[in-house]
Amino acid sequence: MAPIAPLSAARPLAPPAARSFASLRAVRYALAENRLTLVAGVLFCLLLLCAVLGGVAAPYNPLATDTTARLQPPTTAHLFGTDALGRDILSRVMVAARLDLGMAVSAVAISFVIGTALGAMAGYTGGVVDAVFGRVMDTIMAFPLFVLAMGIVAALGNSVLNIILATAVINLPFYGRFARAEVNVRRDLAYVEAARMGGNGAVRILSGHIVRNILPTMAVQASLNMGWAILNAAGLSFIGLGVRPPTPEWGIMVSEGASYIISGEWWTFVFPGAALMLAVFCFNLLGDGLRDVLDPRRRT
Amino acid sequence: MNLARIAAKRLLGAIPSLMGVVVVTFLLSHALPGDPAVLFAGPAANADSVAQVRAHLGLDRSLLAQFLSYVGDMAHGNLGQSLTTGQPVLADLVQRLPASLELTAAAILFAVAVAVPLGVLAATREGSLADHLCRSTVTVAAAFPTFFVALLLVYVFYYLLRIAPEPLGRLNDVYFEAPPALTGFYLIDAAVAGEWTTFRGALSQMALPAVSLGLFALAPIARITRASLLTALGSDFVRTARACGLTRRKVLVTYAMRNAALPVVNVLGMVFSFVLGANVLIEDVFGWPGVGAYAVKAVIQSDYVAVQGFILMMATLYILLNLLVDLLSIAADPRVRMEG
Repeated sequence: MAPIAPLSAARPLAPPAARSFASLRAVRYALAENRLTLVAGVLFCLLLLCAVLGGVAAPYNPLATDTTARLQPPTTAHLFGTDALGRDILSRVMVAARLDLGMAVSAVAISFVIGTALGAMAGYTGGVVDAVFGRVMDTIMAFPLFVLAMGIVAALGNSVLNIILATAVINLPFYGRFARAEVNVRRDLAYVEAARMGGNGAVRILSGHIVRNILPTMAVQASLNMGWAILNAAGLSFIGLGVRPPTPEWGIMVSEGASYIISGEWWTFVFPGAALMLAVFCFNLLGDGLRDVLDPRRRT
Repeated sequence: MNLARIAAKRLLGAIPSLMGVVVVTFLLSHALPGDPAVLFAGPAANADSVAQVRAHLGLDRSLLAQFLSYVGDMAHGNLGQSLTTGQPVLADLVQRLPASLELTAAAILFAVAVAVPLGVLAATREGSLADHLCRSTVTVAAAFPTFFVALLLVYVFYYLLRIAPEPLGRLNDVYFEAPPALTGFYLIDAAVAGEWTTFRGALSQMALPAVSLGLFALAPIARITRASLLTALGSDFVRTARACGLTRRKVLVTYAMRNAALPVVNVLGMVFSFVLGANVLIEDVFGWPGVGAYAVKAVIQSDYVAVQGFILMMATLYILLNLLVDLLSIAADPRVRMEG
């Protein structure tokens, strides 16, 4: 074990340096406990790199067709092979990371912000607001969620933006209910009473005192939710919603490659599908790791 | 309270959810951007014909009036006409529903049959190889995109190994004839009629889609089984039972598993939501003639009436399944009954 900082010196006031040191140790502990989290961290960096630099780093133009090189198996020139139009699959998989992760991150961000705000309000005020909020969340949860997402995209129109909206709507109850429950148990705690006595208004108490305290658990929820959001968005584009060809996106690439299964051109769907799976895997593991650091009681 | 009264009470409790579902499906189709009248009238329409179509469809009335007539139609079992098949949507859906239900039921059975023993094994031998296997299976299975796994299975078992039949529908109609319709479930119908070759044909068609759908449901069930059995095994009553010298088997089955059953039953509610959604993707991959494939086709062709009927049917089905979960949880744990 590495030498530990002299805690006794840091204890009286816990200066920021010591505090961040302690949280760093928690991160290191979680990583040592579960090596998979480390693997997920590396994967995450790789995905992020693809999402940011995919367009520059890709060996070929993801949209450039080449009819002389149709359906080529993986070679050194085309590591992941080429698709039916001779496009380089590796480049398409790399460039697609931005769209796939972008859709999932935006959807999760929307439901995180709106869900937390509405849930916190409902949990804090109670009464009619709470009852209406509960009813609306129940109604969303009364649908099989992917089916609801399909319906929303079908009704709003077939676009990427609507895929994001639909994914955000079906994720809303998870954050809303969670925030509501967490705020509800805290609203009469001593520190909240004290803040109220100090003359703070509801908005200030919620944002400055209560929500700040539930953010770590909410963040865990969000990271555990990311993988599901990716699957959902990719599933919608797999059945032909939202993303239009020739845009590179993992779901639609799997769907395009599916027609070549019966003739054995496996690389057309295996690589985009594997990328999708790794991304979901990575976020699930990161979520577990984050939970171990921020919210160890919820381990199962 | 007796069971029938509880069931009736839960059924009443489902009514607000059903009403919510009806309102949402209505709002999705009516209060959102895009003009169905323009869509119905077709690309060659002018302003006059669009107005005519609008009046014909009743779209010129107030939202409330439209809602009331929508509910009225629904009460008469009229979900409208599908644009693509030209049939009443309800008839289309009812005709395709057994295929979807059979697939879903097979998938859930597969998932429970694998996940529960896996979870039990992991919990009774905590920290062993079986436990690690269970946990890694759960982690990996939770990351499976159903449609991708389905395609992989098709590639391996159909293309490479040539064991599975061509992934097209419920029964290869070149070799087999559909069994006489009784329940609409080919496996049951074929077994009742004693047509065992048809039964085998249907089973081999169903194996891959059911397994790929079931793998998706496996993770949450195994995870909860393991966690809740671990809690039960660590409890005071299990310690007492052990101290009294009861056999391992008796302690595990009668004491621990009975008490661990409730969370497992409850997680089925969530699993049903996943599976009914993933069903759509699986039917799309396997050319399964169920409601999911029908809905995908309808969505692509902007046949909103059909999509609406599908969503309504799935939501109703899901509410009923949740009711079933409620009743099962009462059977699993009498304490739930007391809470009413």
